[in-house]
Amino acid sequence: MRKTDSLQGSLDLLVLKILSRRPHLHGYAIMTAIKDGSGDVLRAEEGSLYPALHRMEEAGWIRAEWIVKDTGRRARIYELTAAGKRQLDAEESRWQAVTSAVNRVLRTV
Amino acid sequence: MSLRSRIVNALRGDRLSREIDEEVQSHMEEAVDQGRDPAEARRAFGSALQYREASRDVRLVAWLDSLRADAIFGWRQLMKRKVTSAAAILSLALSIGACTGAFRLIDALLLRPLPVADPQHLYALSREGIGFDGKPATFDGWAYPAFRVMRAAVKDQAELIAISYAERMDLTYKSDAEMEKASVQYVSGWMFGTLGLRPTLGRLLTENDDLQPRTHPYAVLSYDYWTLRFARDPRVIGRAFRLGDDLYEIVGVGPRPFTGTETGTVTDIFAPTMMHPGAVHDDWVWHRTLARLKPGVAVEPVRARLDATSRAFEEERAKGFTGMSKQDIQKTLDHRLLLDHAAAGASGLQSSYRVSLLALGVLVALVLLIACANVANLMTAQAASRAREMALRVSIGAGRWRLVQLVLVESAILACISGAMGAVLAWWSAPFVVGLVNPPDNPARLALPADWRVLGFGLALTLGVMLLFGLTAALRASAVKPAIALKGGEDPHTRRHMMHALIAAQVTFCFVVLFVAGLFSATFERLSHRPTGFIADRLLTLDTVAQRDESPVFWDQVAEHLRGVPGVQSVALAGWRLLGGGDWNRFVSVNGAPPGPDLAYFLAVSPGWVDTMKIPFIDGRDFRPSDTWPGAAIVNETFAKQFFKGESPLGQSITKYGERTCKVVGVVRDAPYRSIREPILPVAYVPFHRIDEHGALQPLRDATFMVRTVSANPMALASILRREVPRARSEFRVSSIRTQAELVRAQTVRERLLAMLGLFFAGVALLLAGIGLYGVLDYSVLQRRREIGIRLAIGAPAGNIARLVTVEVFGMVLMGALAGVALGMASVRYIETLLYQVKAGDPAMLALPSLTILAAALLAALPAVYHAVRIDPVAMLRAD
Repeated sequence: MRKTDSLQGSLDLLVLKILSRRPHLHGYAIMTAIKDGSGDVLRAEEGSLYPALHRMEEAGWIRAEWIVKDTGRRARIYELTAAGKRQLDAEESRWQAVTSAVNRVLRTV
Repeated sequence: MSLRSRIVNALRGDRLSREIDEEVQSHMEEAVDQGRDPAEARRAFGSALQYREASRDVRLVAWLDSLRADAIFGWRQLMKRKVTSAAAILSLALSIGACTGAFRLIDALLLRPLPVADPQHLYALSREGIGFDGKPATFDGWAYPAFRVMRAAVKDQAELIAISYAERMDLTYKSDAEMEKASVQYVSGWMFGTLGLRPTLGRLLTENDDLQPRTHPYAVLSYDYWTLRFARDPRVIGRAFRLGDDLYEIVGVGPRPFTGTETGTVTDIFAPTMMHPGAVHDDWVWHRTLARLKPGVAVEPVRARLDATSRAFEEERAKGFTGMSKQDIQKTLDHRLLLDHAAAGASGLQSSYRVSLLALGVLVALVLLIACANVANLMTAQAASRAREMALRVSIGAGRWRLVQLVLVESAILACISGAMGAVLAWWSAPFVVGLVNPPDNPARLALPADWRVLGFGLALTLGVMLLFGLTAALRASAVKPAIALKGGEDPHTRRHMMHALIAAQVTFCFVVLFVAGLFSATFERLSHRPTGFIADRLLTLDTVAQRDESPVFWDQVAEHLRGVPGVQSVALAGWRLLGGGDWNRFVSVNGAPPGPDLAYFLAVSPGWVDTMKIPFIDGRDFRPSDTWPGAAIVNETFAKQFFKGESPLGQSITKYGERTCKVVGVVRDAPYRSIREPILPVAYVPFHRIDEHGALQPLRDATFMVRTVSANPMALASILRREVPRARSEFRVSSIRTQAELVRAQTVRERLLAMLGLFFAGVALLLAGIGLYGVLDYSVLQRRREIGIRLAIGAPAGNIARLVTVEVFGMVLMGALAGVALGMASVRYIETLLYQVKAGDPAMLALPSLTILAAALLAALPAVYHAVRIDPVAMLRAD
């Protein structure tokens, strides 16, 4: 698997977490959820969100399907797979470890 | 899973692009619905194309995607030029198929190891010396007593196995009315254990089954025979069959893959060597000997030991020779024992077809090279016309490797289609060729599995072919210099040099193929037109066996009965058929002198046999019913010349070594005895009625009725005669019926095969070389059309233009032909054994292929020359 830098790592984490709480979201809804959930602090750019979604889909963490919405438009919605749940746990504990480590450094120096 | 989906995505890239675009679209519409500015929403994605590329690369295998794109592009390139592509594919398919077919045959007959334990430790024993005809020869036959002492001599280093020549024999499972044929081999009981074979059913033979002569009538069936004859019935164990005088019990079935060690023959029944009547005779040569060396044993000491033992045995035996000169005895002893690898088994089919198959393999390989040269030239010409396209690709950033890939993929498509079509051809052609080798009543059966060996060879060949014609074109294309190519093209001559070299190579190979094919067909022509001395038309031969030895008087009765059958013109009896493989020879002495070094050959015949065969009498008379052997003899011309040195042999006496004396009563014209390839042998025909020392007639077990029929189709009488023989005397059975004409034809099976396939591939080679020449000439005219236009405009005559266009290429053709002559002459010594009365240096043999190639070259040059002189200077110069 490709190396993920911390930014991409946190994007993956956010997407996985959002999908674990609210399955069957499409890309735009995920973007909105990140924006709203972070109180407008975090923004996922379209140019990085969709490649990330496709990469995670290829990795088997999420799966996608096309649905027809009430408006008659087709949309591609995503949900978490079992592998995705495991990945989410791993990413979450990694994130906790990193942030607590960073906090410790900030406190002691 | 993920890799799979990425590969799947790579193979349907269009759909993937559509999906990505649609998702973007749906995202933007959503955004607009939420009140975002459409232009801003679109801008957020950045460059649509770049985004799509980024998303695509995540979801598919990038190199596979580029390969797919190249494949589609290559396919379109090929489809754009349907005719040339089809010609290229057809010629490649034909030659790849022929090569793979040839490999299948060579592999099955000569290379594939036997399905036994450690086949690499198997060796075959043979002796090399001077044959009776004074030429070097090798003999693979052994006498059993000699085998025994040799086995004992090398007991600690190797195990020797005796295996008789497989023979189609008559046997019966129930009553004699249901006689059938099976291929029987007498083998050492310990063969199965030594080769590590395990029974499918029952037990296999062991050393204990092979101790005393004629005391162990047990037989093992091959799996193949068990399947075909008994439909794998397990109750076959314990069944009995009668073979000759012995009642055998079936004790087991061999392992599935094992069909005997005689490659080309599938053995049906294995019996112990001790059951063979020759087991106790020291002058009866009837089996091959295989040696299995123990691990770590060096070959040469074993060979030397065997050689010494064999020589000592023969010297001991020669002490019993009386009346022969010392030199003559020495000649029979001067043999050197050889140990040859026999991992692939040992058979007559191998020795008689080894050189033929290799020669055919080389011919088809040459044809493949010619086809490759054609396609390489084609690709080079195309690369030239695509120089601008390549230059453009380089200019906008394509890597050199991408260009190599682009051209190679196109070659790969060509090669793969050809390879697939070639596989079909190979599938069909190898059994077809084996079918041609089959004599009707003794089918050669060669296991021709299409397994990983053949598949691997086919794939390697296809890959090799692709690289051969594709790589130069690909490298050339990738080496394009954009600045020069876009400005108006590089020097066209560099490319032509390479094409011309290929033309010379093509002509060389084509000449060799034509030359060798010419030698083969001249050999066949000469052999099949060699006079036989008898008239084979309307002549039927009935090999007949009796249940036990029967007096010649009874045999005469059956002959007399057959004479009464309507449609029969005449009937005679003989020991066996001429050209049927029978052979009986001895030294003879003339008028009581000591026997000479030359062998004479014998055949027992009844009165009327010479007339039935329509062999003309030169002198003397036919046998009378009262003539017996010893007593009277009829000799052929060669016999008279060789043993009587021009004197009339009539009334003189000849003595077959170790027997009593006969008087020559007649001289007949020469007729071939056992083969039409060898010089006529000295033959003495002796009376069918043989008497022993006490004057009693000796009974016989089998003999051959020669029947000349009235109608032109003798086989029409076959079934009637088959019925009439047991009606005349119930203990007689016809074992096989063949026409004499068929026996004559069977003599030239190999030559016909070589001539037929040789001519076919010569035709293909000529066609391919012609097409190649045409292509190159046409291309060079196209390249030089501006130059030709200018020359025409300033008044060059048509003849000059024709010379300009062709002179270089014809120089190449000439060079190629000269190289071909040299190569052909050099290669002839490898196929000398396949030729009959044909000399490689014969001017006709060299002139014919030369003229054919020259004619083909002229024909191929015509269209190009026509195009060149018809160039319209005005149109040409205005066009550029």
